[in-house]
Amino acid sequence: MSARVQTAPFDLAAEMDGFGAGAGAIVTFTGVVRDDTGQMAALEIEHYPGMTERALQDYGDAAAQRFELADWRIIHRHGRVRVGETIMMVATAARHRHAAFQSADYLMDWLKSRAPFWKREIGQDGSANWVDAKASDEDALDRW
Amino acid sequence: MTLEVLYFAWLRERVGQPRETVTSDAATVRELVADLAARSDGHAAAFGDIAALRCAVDQQLVDLDTAIANAREVAFFPPMTGG
Repeated sequence: MSARVQTAPFDLAAEMDGFGAGAGAIVTFTGVVRDDTGQMAALEIEHYPGMTERALQDYGDAAAQRFELADWRIIHRHGRVRVGETIMMVATAARHRHAAFQSADYLMDWLKSRAPFWKREIGQDGSANWVDAKASDEDALDRW
Repeated sequence: MTLEVLYFAWLRERVGQPRETVTSDAATVRELVADLAARSDGHAAAFGDIAALRCAVDQQLVDLDTAIANAREVAFFPPMTGG
């Protein structure tokens, strides 16, 4: 039951070693930096040190209570993350699959719109453009 | 009242600094925004679109009508884009 914010890459297999011992269902979600335009080199992620860790812990705790999780883990990178690299992961462990899937989905919806991260697209030509928030991400929170 | 005011993402760029210490009599976040917007052209640009503004008081997300009587740290930023 932990959240981490870091610049370094992480190893999903190592993170999952011993995670959710005794649970019947484990779901992991991994976010990867994609390039829809063929022009992008990386994402640069800014965050609010202090608040980010607190917010992720709060959302994890809320998910644990709501979905009766045996375990959860959130890792989110900041700084420069190149196209094709993993940017973040969420893992949830519960007795049954519905709670594991639903809680991972719930955490992703909260992370997208309520965790203090801001993405900037770094182009292959060195350009830098802030990514706009999507209304669909905001609307997704209404499900919960 | 003396506050630490923090800026992130394009608000930080428009203001031209990541943080500043501000003395203000504002009772709410909204009143503080009005004070800050008057500090420079960069501040005015940063606070130009209030619908695009998100705020945290002492690291908790709040709306603009939140009281800031005992606040130590107020942060302003655009809608978040995590995940």
